[in-house]
Amino acid sequence: MSVALFWLFAILACGGAISVVLCQNVSRMAASLILCLASVAVLYFLLGADFVGATQLMVYVGGTVVLLIFGIMLTSSSPSHQLRTSPADGFLAAGIGVLFLAIVAFTIGGVDWAANSQKLAAAEPARQGQQQQDLSHGMTTRPLALALMGVRPDKPGAGGYLLPFEIVSVHLLVVLIGAAYLARTKRRVVENQ
Amino acid sequence: MQLLSAESWLAQLLNSTSLPDLFNALTSIQLGPVPLAIIHTLLIGAVFGLPAGVFIWAERKVSGRIQDRLGPTRTGGRFGWLQSLADGLKLIQKEDLAPSAADKALFFAAPTVVVVASFLAYMFLPFSDGWAAVGVDVGLFLILGLLALEVIGVILAGYSSGSKWALFGAMRESAQMVSYEIPMGICALIPIVLAGTLDLNEVVRLQVGSFADFRATGIPPFFNWFFFHPVGWLAFICYFVCATASCKRAPFDLAEAESELVAGFLTEYSGMRWSFFFLAEYASMFLVSGIAVSLFLGGWDDGFGIVHGLKENGQGLLGNLLGALIFTMKASKLVLVQIWVRWTLPRIRIDQVMETCLKYLIPIACALFLAATIYPLALAQTLGRPQLTPTKPLGDRTSISQNTDRPDSTQSVASKGVAE
Repeated sequence: MSVALFWLFAILACGGAISVVLCQNVSRMAASLILCLASVAVLYFLLGADFVGATQLMVYVGGTVVLLIFGIMLTSSSPSHQLRTSPADGFLAAGIGVLFLAIVAFTIGGVDWAANSQKLAAAEPARQGQQQQDLSHGMTTRPLALALMGVRPDKPGAGGYLLPFEIVSVHLLVVLIGAAYLARTKRRVVENQ
Repeated sequence: MQLLSAESWLAQLLNSTSLPDLFNALTSIQLGPVPLAIIHTLLIGAVFGLPAGVFIWAERKVSGRIQDRLGPTRTGGRFGWLQSLADGLKLIQKEDLAPSAADKALFFAAPTVVVVASFLAYMFLPFSDGWAAVGVDVGLFLILGLLALEVIGVILAGYSSGSKWALFGAMRESAQMVSYEIPMGICALIPIVLAGTLDLNEVVRLQVGSFADFRATGIPPFFNWFFFHPVGWLAFICYFVCATASCKRAPFDLAEAESELVAGFLTEYSGMRWSFFFLAEYASMFLVSGIAVSLFLGGWDDGFGIVHGLKENGQGLLGNLLGALIFTMKASKLVLVQIWVRWTLPRIRIDQVMETCLKYLIPIACALFLAATIYPLALAQTLGRPQLTPTKPLGDRTSISQNTDRPDSTQSVASKGVAE
């Protein structure tokens, strides 16, 4: 069942991503992007990562895409705006895309899958019970939050993520202040002559 | 109570004579995940469809009374209680139109997005103890994330209509909904901070008081609700204002501002697709009220320890049924407040809507959030205990690790950190 769901939503995610690239109409692109990001959120849920999935929905689907659509609305001249890319842009985008694909392929190739699946099969019975309990007893958010605060009860000795967390929050604060500065009403100083 | 396979369950169900027997039979079936998922979805679907029917009728009656009219009187007997059904039949019969300038696929998809987003959020609402279709650890976060998806439906509707009125209306509406999500989220975080979990079921369980505790301490069990927390009631009011705005309800109903914007993003819609938006609107009114009830008003708890007592004495199913009834009543009362507010207050302008959110509600929500975090610390410094009353906190205030049998290192580390 979960394999079938995985394939369904994996295909939806890929289809959404491809149609973002191939669509000419800006609003269709936005809709495809929503489809792609929401399918990725479902893939997170299927993996048992409910917090990451909820964050994906909240931040990307509900937030970033809405901002994107606002950007389109404010900048395009008509709702049925056609976006045409020049060949040079297409070439550049294809190059970057191939580079990213190479990175991902390199990473996937670097994993020892045979050893991993052996390890997984050995840990399977214990892991299933554990995951069920984790999901039903609220044990996904708490370790995550503790890790962000720098405490790793599940891995003694390992460092938490306090520094990245603080860096990201300061970064967001800078962005907020910058946005407020850019959006404030400009007052002209009237010079006395 | 042992769990049975489907055939023997059916046999037991048919053979059961007394009411407790029937209860036992009803709850003793063991189903696979797929039939269970189908049953949950159908149940939630029924619960999802009901608010629209009931509250549209209630809206008509209440508005009628407020305006010194009678409201619907004839359809279905004395009180016109079949009015919503008649409306629905009329809307189904209408022609499914799309303007020629519209982007057809997106135009038809937009109402579905709104309905699906609202419907999915119902999956995580705890109607009674453990009675959520999907019980997840991040319940509230997920619900808020799914409610954020409704904005996309509104934008798509306005954008694909190919009409200026619809586009303007959608821009205003989505700006409003996106802005009001921020104070709403912060206010919803306050009970989360007090409870220490995002699981709505756990949040309610922490507010449940027992009659025995009442007898021992003299403090009524409903004082355990977060509404009676010194910060909680302010957060509740703030949350409710934001929730009303994010449901596009008056006095924030710029979407339906017929006199100014024709009908906002709904301009080009008619028939069933138009009514989908209203199905979603009334469903999310009930949903945000349900969240408010779970977070602040004790969820399924009756406030006098009756439900808790029933569950303690082995009548778990009866207690849960009563709890679901109480939850529905509480949430419906809050929906009635929304209806009452709509027909009492005048609509405010779009700049006033945004000003209310950005200049007042967000600072107020932030201040309340800060107060909610500082309050127990300040009490601990001055009184030596984190709450006002000298007794131990009421209710099932046991942490999750004590509820489960699993030895949990997380909890001990967390509590050690607090103790230091």
